[in-house]
Amino acid sequence: MEAATHAEAAHGHAHGHDDHAHHPSGLMRWVTTTNHKDIGTLYLLFSLTMFFIGGLLAFGIRAELFQPGLQYWEPEFFNQLTTMHGLIMVFGAIMPAFVGFANWQIPMMIGAPDMAFARMNNWSFWLLPPAAILLVSSFFVPGGAPAGGWTIYAPLSTQMGPGMDLGIFALHIMGASSIMGSINIVTTILNMRAPGMTLMKMPLFVWTWLITAYLLIAVMPVLAGAITMILTDRHFGTNFFNAAGGGDPVMFQHIFWFFGHPEVYIMILPAFGIVSQVIPAFARKPLFGYASMVYATSSIAILSFIVWAHHMFTTGMPAAGQLFFMFATMLIAVPTGVKVFNWIATMWKGSMTFETPMLFACGFLFVFSMGGFTGLVCAITPIDIQIQDTYYVVAHFHYVLVAGSLFAIFSGTYFWLPKWTGHMYSETLGKAHFWLSLVFFNVTFFPMHFLGLAGMPRRIPDYALQFADFNMIASIGALGFGLSQLLFVAAIIKCARGGEKAPAKPWEGADTLEWTLPSPAPYHSFETPPVIK
Amino acid sequence: MISKWARYFLAALIPALTPAVAGAEGYNLQAPQTIIAHEIYDLHTLIFLICCAIFVAVFGTMTYSIIKHRKSVGHKAEQFHENTLVEIIWTIVPFIILIGMAIPATKTILAMKDTSNPDLTIKATGYQWKWGYDYLHEGVSFYSSLATPRDLVEDKTPDGARKRAEHANYLLEVDHPVVVPIGKKIRMIVTANDVIHAWWVPAFGVKQDAIPGFVRDTWFRVDKPGTYRGQCAELCGKEHGFMPIVVEALEPEKFALWLAEQKKLTAANAMASGSLDGKGVYDKICVACHAAGVAGAPKFGDKAAWAPRLKQGQEVLYTHALHGFKAMPLKGGATDLPDEQIKAAVDYLSAAGK
Ligand code: HEM
Ligand SMILES: [Cu+2]
Repeated sequence: MEAATHAEAAHGHAHGHDDHAHHPSGLMRWVTTTNHKDIGTLYLLFSLTMFFIGGLLAFGIRAELFQPGLQYWEPEFFNQLTTMHGLIMVFGAIMPAFVGFANWQIPMMIGAPDMAFARMNNWSFWLLPPAAILLVSSFFVPGGAPAGGWTIYAPLSTQMGPGMDLGIFALHIMGASSIMGSINIVTTILNMRAPGMTLMKMPLFVWTWLITAYLLIAVMPVLAGAITMILTDRHFGTNFFNAAGGGDPVMFQHIFWFFGHPEVYIMILPAFGIVSQVIPAFARKPLFGYASMVYATSSIAILSFIVWAHHMFTTGMPAAGQLFFMFATMLIAVPTGVKVFNWIATMWKGSMTFETPMLFACGFLFVFSMGGFTGLVCAITPIDIQIQDTYYVVAHFHYVLVAGSLFAIFSGTYFWLPKWTGHMYSETLGKAHFWLSLVFFNVTFFPMHFLGLAGMPRRIPDYALQFADFNMIASIGALGFGLSQLLFVAAIIKCARGGEKAPAKPWEGADTLEWTLPSPAPYHSFETPPVIK
Repeated sequence: MISKWARYFLAALIPALTPAVAGAEGYNLQAPQTIIAHEIYDLHTLIFLICCAIFVAVFGTMTYSIIKHRKSVGHKAEQFHENTLVEIIWTIVPFIILIGMAIPATKTILAMKDTSNPDLTIKATGYQWKWGYDYLHEGVSFYSSLATPRDLVEDKTPDGARKRAEHANYLLEVDHPVVVPIGKKIRMIVTANDVIHAWWVPAFGVKQDAIPGFVRDTWFRVDKPGTYRGQCAELCGKEHGFMPIVVEALEPEKFALWLAEQKKLTAANAMASGSLDGKGVYDKICVACHAAGVAGAPKFGDKAAWAPRLKQGQEVLYTHALHGFKAMPLKGGATDLPDEQIKAAVDYLSAAGK
């Protein structure tokens, strides 16, 4: 997977003259840009902003739960906080962050000059800010923001005020953006690879995104259908989910989770991809089991379509249904395990160093796997019936989404920042960010396992006294975790503004194509395609 | 069977493990009080321990590698990148472990689903935001709401915090608990009136979503007299955190006394509130559709329309009227009426259709 040297040479002089020649400057550069790197940056900054807005809401939740009693919010507003926190983090922070990575990295990693549909790329991004504004502005309409949980179960969601409609429109727009982004990614990967780069020579990050993009195209329309039916139930007299009119409230859950379970893999597969780039680079050793990684990712994606009702074990489905969904869900643990084993085998007998990207990747392995184990516990139907809709599930999905997806996003950011900015980030800031995040993450979320087992339901603004101690610990951890993220912003700003010049390939063991380009990467990546041996 | 496996594991591992496993209050599932809850508890212990063992093995390896295979200690990277045998082994072995977990889990699922031959059937209905209980064959019905005073919940003074801390069963107490006899199989029929709720008592291992328009069932048999507390487990709107469930389990004799008392109360209430008879209910509620035959409803007194329906038998008609059928909403929409009165209205309608 090495680029022929003449490609590098071609770059050296191609960029001298036309690097900044073809685009407007100032604000209009960003509004009109069709450049994959600019758009990637926009996605990442958007995601960072939403991450902080979502974090603020989370802090509102944890403040209320610091002690028993209603301290700050009315219960209704508390429900708005949990709902909006979930929606913003899923649709505003995690998903766009990965699309940002895809935009920056996929063309560079497959030796392409840009994304396949450059104008559509601009449109995919610029749909997001209006959607986010719609979503956040729902706080200010009568009745407030959606308050039915991020899962917007009917018929509760048909009861809400106009904030729910704003939320639905926002999701529609974000869904359209995701679909366009995915079409672009699929087309780019399938058509624009450098000569010689067969599918089985693609870097794993590209593979995971190819599969993720297919998942997105398959399930975003399903979500759109579900929320449209809610919309017509709310305003146009239909009764899709209204039992009194002959509708079926459980059907909403089936449709939602048919989207929702693949969605959780949409949020983790690109993370697997990032970690699969980072670990070999810092172990100075090729990825172990490349082919089995590709097969494992594909089988996870396929299985993700037949496990959705594991979110619905308590709705009272027949025993045959419970058994089927339990077995199918347990099966997912096999390819997930294979991935973890492969990563550890990659580290085995390597020559490892632990710069920040590698720290986050190791943190990911450790802590994400705990989320995998609790996932397995949730998959066992009888146990799940006890812990469904409790804090145990809250712990489970934060272990996979924060310590999984988010840590991978951090890892990837530090890994590629030198390529993006041309400067090395501050290792001191990065390491402090890692250790504080790791510690406070566990202080926040580990006690939630105990809370859930002991019987604390999720989505409640006040709780019985036996839950007080662990809630207090979790709230303190949350404050610490939130503040630690300021270090991340500091590290990024510092790196963007200056610092030690980054060489083309700052990481000794990195071997993908982007490292053959100078740092910062030139505006147009590969005008002459490199040739892969 | 399951518990044998779990005990086997426990015997080997417990001395080495922390209170988290031993079941110290607040760290683990609540002390189980039914067979099902016991099985769930043991199943969780078993799977937890297996996961711990895998975790130690896998991350022990990783930690070893992190310590030994680093550049700073001069380790040189080897360049191997596949090993078919190893890869097959670590696909097959987890698969076998999973089968080991699935077998006991399957048995518990089948046991949980067996609601046949109950000794007592109670219907729980979720409302925003309280529970309604109907003892179906005893004719006893009541609502059960949070008993913790709202002022105490909202008291923001330091004094409030102290008072809450001293308030036993804060947020887990109700005005009218469900009362059940010990040692008897209780079948819970669970439904809802408005949005989805969930009826959950952790110590019984019972959690069942309460879904409007749907009737689901579950069961438990508790052997120790006592008070068992749970909460609504499905987000149901703003007071979701404030609709607890309290079950009081009594010896059968005490239960019989309680039941007699309740029957008297229910009868007295019905007299006092001028309970409607069949015609009264029809004139107030059913008339909306059954007079003109709205949405396919059989018209009052229309013998042709009623004949095939009457043939199904009175019980079926009751069920349809109580739980809804096609366009017929449950209880004709008058969900606050006791079942007995709806049945009376069905009798009245069917007499006219004969
Ligand atoms: C070994 C792999 C996994 C298994 C077996 C598994 C299993 C489960 C099960 C059974 C539930 C339902 C729990 C309940 O509501 O009672 C659940 C919830 C959830 N899982 Fe996983 N999971 C796994 C990995 C993941 C990953 C990788 C992600 C995302 C990155 C994820 C995200 C979630 C989320 C977001 C929920 C909760 C959704 C909600 O109710 O709000 N899980 N998981
Ligand atoms: Cu799922």
